[in-house]
Amino acid sequence: MLRTARLLGAISRRSGRGGGTALPGLLVERVAPGLVSDLSASLPHGNILVTGTNGKTTTARLIAALLQHAGLRVVHNRAGSNLLRGIAAALVQGTAAGNDRGIGLFEVDEATLPAAVGLVRPRLMVLLNLFRDQLDRYGEVDTVAQHWRSALTALPAGSGVVLNADDPFVASLGRGFPGPVTYFGLDDPGAALREREAAADFVECPACRLPYDYTLTFYGHLGHYRCQNCGSGRPEPQVRATSAHNNGPAGTAITVQTPGNTVTVNLPLPGLYNAYNLLAALATGAALQLPEAGAAAAIESVRSAFGRGERFQFEGRPVVMLLIKNPVGANQVLRTIRDEPGDKNVMIALNDLTADGEDISWIWDVDFEQLAGTTGAVVTSGRRAADMALRLKYAGWFETHRRDDAGVTRPTVLPDLEQALRTALYQLPSGATLYLLPTYTAMLALRRILSRLGMVRPFWETEG
Amino acid sequence: MKLRLAHLYPDHMNLYGDRGNVLCLQARCRWRGIDLEVVRLGLGDPFNAAAYDLVFIGGGPDREQVRVAQDLTEVKGRALKEAVEAGVALLAVCGGYQLLGHHYRPAAGPDLPGLGVFDAYTEHPGPAAKRCIGNLVAQRNGMMLVGFENHGGRTYLGPGSTPLATVERGFGNNGRDRTEGACYRNAFGTYLHGSFLPKNHRFTDHLLGIALERRGVRDLLTPLDDTLEERAQVAARKLALEPRKRFPWSDQM
Ligand SMILES: [Zn+2]
Repeated sequence: MLRTARLLGAISRRSGRGGGTALPGLLVERVAPGLVSDLSASLPHGNILVTGTNGKTTTARLIAALLQHAGLRVVHNRAGSNLLRGIAAALVQGTAAGNDRGIGLFEVDEATLPAAVGLVRPRLMVLLNLFRDQLDRYGEVDTVAQHWRSALTALPAGSGVVLNADDPFVASLGRGFPGPVTYFGLDDPGAALREREAAADFVECPACRLPYDYTLTFYGHLGHYRCQNCGSGRPEPQVRATSAHNNGPAGTAITVQTPGNTVTVNLPLPGLYNAYNLLAALATGAALQLPEAGAAAAIESVRSAFGRGERFQFEGRPVVMLLIKNPVGANQVLRTIRDEPGDKNVMIALNDLTADGEDISWIWDVDFEQLAGTTGAVVTSGRRAADMALRLKYAGWFETHRRDDAGVTRPTVLPDLEQALRTALYQLPSGATLYLLPTYTAMLALRRILSRLGMVRPFWETEG
Repeated sequence: MKLRLAHLYPDHMNLYGDRGNVLCLQARCRWRGIDLEVVRLGLGDPFNAAAYDLVFIGGGPDREQVRVAQDLTEVKGRALKEAVEAGVALLAVCGGYQLLGHHYRPAAGPDLPGLGVFDAYTEHPGPAAKRCIGNLVAQRNGMMLVGFENHGGRTYLGPGSTPLATVERGFGNNGRDRTEGACYRNAFGTYLHGSFLPKNHRFTDHLLGIALERRGVRDLLTPLDDTLEERAQVAARKLALEPRKRFPWSDQM
């Protein structure tokens, strides 16, 4: 059975069909459901689950770097196919040789968390954030929060949780939790927004049903919050960033206090959201009591996770691909682009397949307004290229747009991804950067096209 | 020229990009030199029927429906019904639409009383029933309406309301009688979001036209360049009508 699954994985990889990262897992899941439980239970250092609306992949990569640095062998579902069959595939491939330093590290999406807890019996669960995302697929934020609560009660006795203190939904899960709780949070007022974003979910004290007072807002509904009625609010984090400084394309310099140490990390990833991913990883390290010496260097060596800030070159001009998939994440991406220097062309590729979310209304909750008037040529693409162009029109991208000789600039609307990419590359003047902002399936397709154009290698070959 | 829009419960009823509807009304006014003032009215805020030309209420999560229903009936109800009788243009989407019927019967628990602006009621057929989710295309007297629907409740119209449109693809009110949405005087309810107004610009201008007409202004609804709107609408209909194909791994990965 195992050999069959591995063989099929190899075949599907060779046939160029989607990288073969999920297919063997699918078979395992169908044919031998008990196998996932058995394989994960055989890992001597147990299992860790990572979930959250945004940042799972990057956080898991950072945690993997810390675990490897501690001398553990990580069985990890890395390629972004974060469903149960991705876990199955990782286990089948990872538990092969006798593995006495083995530890499981699995990123699972919001909806599959309860099922994943039942299957792999984690010793530690890392919960990053909960934002509105693909309502047609996951349901309302409340429904997901309910699933998470029941997942927590299903954890084996003694299991721990790592929670984001700045996310009221996530932090509330720590109240009354019987096992160890490690909170992480951001304590740098300089990184705060002046006002909450439109995409922020309305957050209120569950006991009093009154809106929380925010003294600081970082992004979405993340911040420092307190109920003015009962006084409950953000728990004091054990792992906290005292400063997060954006160095543009070079990444982010973050100083973090852990229970035993203060460490400054030059994270090679842009944006405040990645500061949170780093905090989650260091909090996981603290919860597992991993060695802190050398941890910063281990993290600094991590390359950008697939699709979450990849950089390419096209005839000497930089091309940056940043995944967008929900309002809060997309706002962070736009903020990152806005803060980078230089001339910027933008291509946004909006698909509406199952993995993207068939309901594209979320683009109306994204503050595209924040880039209005700051970009050069704009191309929209994907199955919903026209919807995307319309959103940008109402965000004022073309009213306040830089004018060329012919008058007001208009978006180029090209649903075909390859045609759109070629156009966007062709339009890119020297000295400017092209930002590619695809949804999930558009990102996979763009990566295949970039690989055909010789700009990247297929992602399953770049996995180390 | 100045118009005033009451945006009801913007903190509690704002699912599915509902904000796009307000952005769209604002932009289409601005492009015509009309100043649209948006007044946000939350729980507990009184509603003054004489103060507004337009009213918008969006969809909300289930947990908010109870409090909004209570506020609608106890705080804003009478004045809001007065405004509708006076011919104010009102648009209610999804959850907001349901609360403007006679009642909403949830999957579990007691009925929520509605405001009864529309002669309609909504019932959830129970937790085991499938939600109505997907692209929706409907036709309203030669005006195409497109969007996305996602609702558990099924709405049935009585004789005092007329359907907003006839379903071409999707579920609409209840998945049975091919009706979508409801109209009463100048109040309109719909399950279409996505956002609704930007891609249905003719309907948006219909709403603005009602508001301007009531102010006795007829010549301000100047034509705009709607190339992108047309294109998005046509593309949305085409995608809604395409046969659904599913491969378990190619799509998910
Ligand atoms: Zn309270």
